[in-house]
Amino acid sequence: MDFEHLANALTLTNLALALFGVVAGTIIGSIPGLSATMAVAVLVPITFSMAPASALILLGAIYTGAIYGGAYSAILLNTPGTPSAIGTTFDGYPMAKRGDGDLAVAIACYASVFGGMIGALALLLLAPPLSSVALAFGPVEYLWLSIFGLSLIASLSTGNVLKGLAGGAFGLLLSCVGVAEISADIRLTFGSSTMIGGVEVVGALIGLYCIPVLIDLVATPERHLKVEEGGRAVRFREGAIIAWRSRFNLLRSSIIGTVIGILPGAGGSVAGLVAYSEAKRTARPDQKFGEGEPDGVMATEAANNATVGGGFIPTLVLGIPGTPPDAVILGALLVQGVRTGPTLFEGGGSIVYTFIFGLFIATILMLPTGLLIGRYAYKTIVTIPKTILVPAVGFMTIIGTFAIRNSISDVIIMIVLGTVGWVLSRFGFAASPIVLGLILGPIAEQGFVQAWIIGEATGNLTGMFFGRPISLAILAFTVLSLLYPMLQSRRARKLLDMQAGSND
Amino acid sequence: MFKLKSVKTLVIATAVSLAAATGALAFPDKSIEYIIPFGPGGESDISARFQQPFFKDKFGQDLVVSYKPGGGGAVGWAQLNSMAGDGYTIMGINLPHIVIQPAQKDVGYTTDDIKAFYMFHYTPDAIVVTADSPYQTLDDLIADAKANPGALTMSGSGKATANHLAQIRFDKMAGIKTTYVPFKGTGASVTAMLGKQVKAQWGYTTVGAAQGDAVRMLAVAMEERHPLFPDVPTFKELGFDMVGGAYRGMAVPKDTPDETVKALSDMFGEINADEAFRKQMLDGGFALLDVGIDGMGDFMKARKDEYIEAATEAGLLN
Repeated sequence: MDFEHLANALTLTNLALALFGVVAGTIIGSIPGLSATMAVAVLVPITFSMAPASALILLGAIYTGAIYGGAYSAILLNTPGTPSAIGTTFDGYPMAKRGDGDLAVAIACYASVFGGMIGALALLLLAPPLSSVALAFGPVEYLWLSIFGLSLIASLSTGNVLKGLAGGAFGLLLSCVGVAEISADIRLTFGSSTMIGGVEVVGALIGLYCIPVLIDLVATPERHLKVEEGGRAVRFREGAIIAWRSRFNLLRSSIIGTVIGILPGAGGSVAGLVAYSEAKRTARPDQKFGEGEPDGVMATEAANNATVGGGFIPTLVLGIPGTPPDAVILGALLVQGVRTGPTLFEGGGSIVYTFIFGLFIATILMLPTGLLIGRYAYKTIVTIPKTILVPAVGFMTIIGTFAIRNSISDVIIMIVLGTVGWVLSRFGFAASPIVLGLILGPIAEQGFVQAWIIGEATGNLTGMFFGRPISLAILAFTVLSLLYPMLQSRRARKLLDMQAGSND
Repeated sequence: MFKLKSVKTLVIATAVSLAAATGALAFPDKSIEYIIPFGPGGESDISARFQQPFFKDKFGQDLVVSYKPGGGGAVGWAQLNSMAGDGYTIMGINLPHIVIQPAQKDVGYTTDDIKAFYMFHYTPDAIVVTADSPYQTLDDLIADAKANPGALTMSGSGKATANHLAQIRFDKMAGIKTTYVPFKGTGASVTAMLGKQVKAQWGYTTVGAAQGDAVRMLAVAMEERHPLFPDVPTFKELGFDMVGGAYRGMAVPKDTPDETVKALSDMFGEINADEAFRKQMLDGGFALLDVGIDGMGDFMKARKDEYIEAATEAGLLN
């Protein structure tokens, strides 16, 4: 690793590719349904004629941009464009509703760039040792990690924990539809062969988050987002000050994102949610998470962009894709004749290091392009009349859902789920627990079944489930997260008592 | 007069056949959609990506790879015959999937519904262990399994898949009992083996190619040794009659005209015959297979019988 690789990454072609990739990725990612995986897969054939390092830089730049782009629709439309941006909706949309959408887009950009840099830094300096994290996670660890993720429902649903848990259970049930991932049983399809494919996560996301927003838009006379009158200055500086004040949150979230990104079975959605709940847990008393708290947006966005660099660690070191887009990039590398593995960092290191510097450059380029595109996206969404906004977004949700697997039944499932989600939201059931159940259900099930099979074969079931240090640590966090609402309400009560006492 | 007439006929006949020939040459005159019924990044996707540039090079049109994942491939295969049968839509197919899935339950298609036109490679079954595993040879593994029946855990991709059938067949041949642990895809199954969550893996030669020195293959299910791994014995050499793996090819919607199917079969045969293509595939750990439309019937029947027998014995079909 020396400056030669940096110089290689800085050629005009590579800079142009990084810029193009970031811009294209950001735009694609901002459209619900068009995911980072798809963006990368579509562009793979173009890279065949390129030098391997340039191809990697282009694909990496698109990937980074797409993960950030998902924040726009999360903030401005309450629709996570990718599962990674679920947590961004919690505070981003309330911010946009009260007229701070431009600020939210700006801090999301700062956080994404910061997270992306930390992830890339880990990839540059610590890739071989950190890759062992991917191998330390076995079936039991994934089981407990997903149980931990499900326990976040308790701390995320501040209103009604019971309704949150019911929503989570509904999501788990939905995740069982179709061919079971490892036992190959067909479940809950009611004899219909269209249901064999199950409920597609991104389609469900679009339905559960976007359709209720669209229905509300049509049902109410108010404007979509509150607009501040009197052409105020762009709030880049204000955003930067907020981001600087939250630098510890950014750093913690980025580290969480990097580590979870390394785990091939987890991914950006889990990383964003864990970082969000950690930010919430350590919040100052005056911060109101879930009601438009900038730290909530920053935690998720820093974490999900950190998974980009983190995910490349097992991809390049072990040849095991850390995330779905990494799987596509790994395939493209194979076609190029590049073998991944530990030797890639030693023997053919030049490609890897040129690529990592390219990833840095792409991440830095995201700052100006992200702020610019973000500003434009915000202005468009805010000023566009409802009569155009609703059909345009409605059309996009359908195209996006169809594009995921070229499937019309996914579109129907999306619309049905969206309508169900709207009705449920009237009764106080939020969309996020359902989605959490849908995403984490299969991970938990696989982990449980595999751990059970291995535990029984080795005659040590108890040791398998409760005897491994990493899983015990995750288990402890789970208990903490489940007890958190209780502790919080006790603390609040104590605070009230104290105030009452001092008033006497 | 008579002579003139026959010359005339000859001219017309020649013109007609020329037109027919150019008509055939004109296929394809636009890009062909190549649907992979799985997500991106797996062996099916990667081998299709290998074909992509060669197709463009030889026939001037793009081979556009798209994905239609779901139900372990079943979602795509169930819809294949409702697609346009004009030769511009082809779909990747996998064995044993298209035999086992419809035999197990109603998945919306039957094996005979699938009109396969070319099988271009297979990933030979292989037993893979980590480089520092105590199993140096296949005999070491068999001895351990005999000493501790059921305690030897082996990861593999999915249930009732090529890996799973291989485990069942080998257990029977060697007279041992191992425990098969299904994972989601080869990637996850490799991770479990590398992370020592299991003692060995039922994988493919592609795993050996991708992981290099990090792993050791104990045996491969090929007729002869793979050129990339001259030191790894075949099961046959070690006394087990096991040759096979996961086979991959392409199919078209049922109503595609025969001459178009034949043209497609010839085109992919030409790609398969290209030395540069063969080298890329072999370097990736794949093993080439050249079954065109003419030999497809016999090939499919043989595979079908073999899989159904193994799956029935293992109690996977009931």
